[in-house]
Amino acid sequence: MAERYTQKGVPGPNAPENTLTIPHLRAAIASGAASAGDVVGQCFRSIRERDGEIHAFLSLCEERAREQAARIDGMAAAGDALPPLAGVPVGIKDVLMVAGLPATAGSRVLEGYVAPYTATAVRRLEEAGAVTLGKLNCDEFAMGSSNENSAYGPTRNPHAPDHVPGGSSGGSAAAVAAGMAVASLGTDTGGSIRQPASFCGVVGLLPTYGRVSRYGLIAFASSLDRIGPLTNSVRDAATVLGVMAGEDPLDATSSAQPVPDYCGLLEREEGVNGLRIGVPAEYFGEGLDPEVRAAAERALDGLREAGAEIKSLALPHTRFAVPAYYLIATAEASANLARFDGVRYGYRAPHAASLSGMYRETRDGGFGAEVKRRILLGTYALSAGYYDAFYKKAQQVRRLLAEDFLRVFGAEVDAIVTPVAPTPAFKLGEKTEDPLAMYLADIYTVTASLAGICGLSVPVGCSAAGLPIGVQVLGTHFDEETVFRVGEAIERG
Amino acid sequence: MQPTPSPLGHQGSATRKEGEDGLVNFAMATASVLPPEILFKYEPVIGLEVHVQLLTRTKAFCGCANQFGAAPNTLICPVCLGLPGALPVLNARAVEFATTAAMAINAQIRETSVFSRKNYFYPDLPKGYQISQFDKPLAEHGWLDVDTPERGRQRIGITRLHMEEDAGKSLHDGVHDSATSTSVDLNRCGTPLIEIVSEPDIRTPDEAYEYLTKLKEILLYTGVSDCNMEEGSLRCDANVSVRPRGQAQFGTKAEVKNVNSFRYIRAALVYEIERQVELLEAGERVVQETRLWNAAEGRTFSMRSKEQAHDYRYFPEPDLPALVVGEEQQARLRAGLPELPEARRARMVAEYGIAAQDAHTLTATRAFADQFETAAKAARSPRRVANLVLGELTSRLKLANLELAQSPVTMAGIAQAADLAEAGELSSKQLKQLFDTAFANKEDFGPVYAREKPQQISDSSEIERMIDEVLRANPKQVEQYRGGKKAVAAFFVGQVMRSSKGQANPALLNALVAKRLESE
Repeated sequence: MAERYTQKGVPGPNAPENTLTIPHLRAAIASGAASAGDVVGQCFRSIRERDGEIHAFLSLCEERAREQAARIDGMAAAGDALPPLAGVPVGIKDVLMVAGLPATAGSRVLEGYVAPYTATAVRRLEEAGAVTLGKLNCDEFAMGSSNENSAYGPTRNPHAPDHVPGGSSGGSAAAVAAGMAVASLGTDTGGSIRQPASFCGVVGLLPTYGRVSRYGLIAFASSLDRIGPLTNSVRDAATVLGVMAGEDPLDATSSAQPVPDYCGLLEREEGVNGLRIGVPAEYFGEGLDPEVRAAAERALDGLREAGAEIKSLALPHTRFAVPAYYLIATAEASANLARFDGVRYGYRAPHAASLSGMYRETRDGGFGAEVKRRILLGTYALSAGYYDAFYKKAQQVRRLLAEDFLRVFGAEVDAIVTPVAPTPAFKLGEKTEDPLAMYLADIYTVTASLAGICGLSVPVGCSAAGLPIGVQVLGTHFDEETVFRVGEAIERG
Repeated sequence: MQPTPSPLGHQGSATRKEGEDGLVNFAMATASVLPPEILFKYEPVIGLEVHVQLLTRTKAFCGCANQFGAAPNTLICPVCLGLPGALPVLNARAVEFATTAAMAINAQIRETSVFSRKNYFYPDLPKGYQISQFDKPLAEHGWLDVDTPERGRQRIGITRLHMEEDAGKSLHDGVHDSATSTSVDLNRCGTPLIEIVSEPDIRTPDEAYEYLTKLKEILLYTGVSDCNMEEGSLRCDANVSVRPRGQAQFGTKAEVKNVNSFRYIRAALVYEIERQVELLEAGERVVQETRLWNAAEGRTFSMRSKEQAHDYRYFPEPDLPALVVGEEQQARLRAGLPELPEARRARMVAEYGIAAQDAHTLTATRAFADQFETAAKAARSPRRVANLVLGELTSRLKLANLELAQSPVTMAGIAQAADLAEAGELSSKQLKQLFDTAFANKEDFGPVYAREKPQQISDSSEIERMIDEVLRANPKQVEQYRGGKKAVAAFFVGQVMRSSKGQANPALLNALVAKRLESE
């Protein structure tokens, strides 16, 4: 790490080269140095050049995007104050509704389905001037860690096209990493923003549960699902969160907690001096790739140099997190996916002889193997006679895990730093035959999901093979500010 | 495609049109097969589950209108259609209504209750689950005191009252392609419901009828539902078993669904009890199952057993926070509870000196009772108001086939009429004529009276003249009076009233007749 940038909003050496960030873009549009139309045009050129290989996008809306850009350019020409995301080209994971655009969730069962309304998070982005380029590829119903479960073919890692981009928000990570979008929205249920961000070398934020409205997000596991940004810088993630966050009358689980001025806080450059950073031993044990461990330790060294106090701590229930997660997530999924029954919309099996036959054939033909596996698991976990042993027990574990975190936050540490995933990106097809191994790789991310706390994946360099590696910063409920402060310090190297 | 019946018992639109009194003639399939002494060997045990739609303006979890009878699939949105990404948000008014209903049936409110998902597939259930309450319902441990024909006043326990959403309707008939397919109307999806589950404290079909009648009356008074069974805003399922008298353990129960009137519930229970006794007498066993009532045949039929093997896989609804009805809100709702019918009747008997039976009639609906009381309080004699309402008004409404709300004569008019009659300024005949005119012209009593103010004869000499005429014309009755038959005075009063065409001042007339006869 030879060079250090201190200029505000400029990505540090850990970010990919030649990236465009929101402050730059906004300044360029405001000054007339660039037009939103130019930027959007450049994005679509990049998409045409690269996305044939990467396959980050499932659908594009170029005409709509150009109209949105023209509105921004009109404002800039008129000298109007520009909204915070003026002209920022964004991609939207295909589990989020954008009225008039397809919403497939990466599934055959929603092939051809067009969203009749817009998700609150997307609406807020667009109202803040963001320009939607299209919908992004993902694992079917956000179930997966590699994007190989998309019914429309996998997304490839822009840094190494024979490798996966991670998942389930693989398209969201790859689009930003490949310069096809300046920011994207992903969703994270057990790591689906943080892990692909790590694999693709971009910043990925898991906001606190309730911070961002889920209205318009096709549910996988309602008590775990969160919408968050994937960006080229921590500052950009903070900007996007600031726009999206806040109570929504359409989501009863959204929080009324006031939304702080995240960027204003980062502007004050308080750094991490005096912050207590926890390092849980449970996250650095067996199975952790040495290069990933080294990357995390580098990040911790940097934080120590910047004045943070690094403390080891114990989160003793971590080892139960993966089984608890897969019971709760699949149980909720089994109910959430019941609506895809062929009766009202989406795929319906032709020629079924009876109602129950239509249900069976529709769901058998409409869902992929991983989705069916999870529906079966979840149905089983909720069944009479098994509920107490599985679902109820998992909820008890979830409470203990959350208590682990709440015990240390405030009392012992201000943030926690861990690896995001045990390894850098793996090769396409490498793990598809072993779903259990794929589940176990979620070990470092499902804990924050279960506890409802916030987390950030920040790039910390690359492996010897040139694959990006990220580090995870965890903060307590609604303490995205601290997570951003730590993340920005790591980003500066 | 032949769908299986909904486990909620939401059957199609093909309801049989009931007669005016809700009674449809049907054959009692097992009537008098079993001699009474055999039937009497067994004691029926009955528990009732009542679903009640709440009269909120909008649905339970979205802003769609909660309204019956709109064109199919017009009152819908992403939320009640269960579209991908849509989320429920609980209607605060529905919570108030449910809590009010729970208080009215003496149930204890659970401060923190939890919504759960009840999972099953059915075409009229768009999400594939119903949002309901399971292990932590809104209210528990309620009761109703019911006057039963056989056992006198009985306290029927109410296990629980919980909130849930209604499903849509599957239309198996009456749509253009009904021959080959089933249509779904999702307008009803998300209508707020309360389910009220009784303890198995009911022992006869008549008791079940009385319980339902009382429950409905109370719910109507609270105003939380219109309890209209024909429109499905009140629906009832019955659990029934029989056991040898004296046996503590319950027999195996059957659940009877698809019953859309209280009379049918009674008939279905009569049928079902006899069916079960018959089985036991024949040495067979009752099978635990769901049975559908067929009103046309007057019988219950078994649903095929594979359709009953439901594991609803309840789990807490993650899209909704726990429902908290705090002490303050409870106190506010309790303070807003209306006086319930039983208490009201007792007070009205005491306050107005009216008969218990009249109080019953006057409290048939809260609106009726409210109107009566407004008039009763405004008038000099509440009893006279009661008599006018129950006599002149009710008979004419019935004749004109009008609801009280449609009556041309208002309660203010009734009060005015009562006062005039009480003051002796109107004879009953004049009163009747004025009411007739009011109904014929669709006018209130006031304007009719002002216009037609009957000329009352209050001139003593003129009335005395008419009395003399009547006495002359009826020497035989005068003779009877002289012979000590004083009651004949009323005859003379009546005759004078007649000859005056009802215009003689009744009070004056009475006094003058009495005076005139004394001189005889």
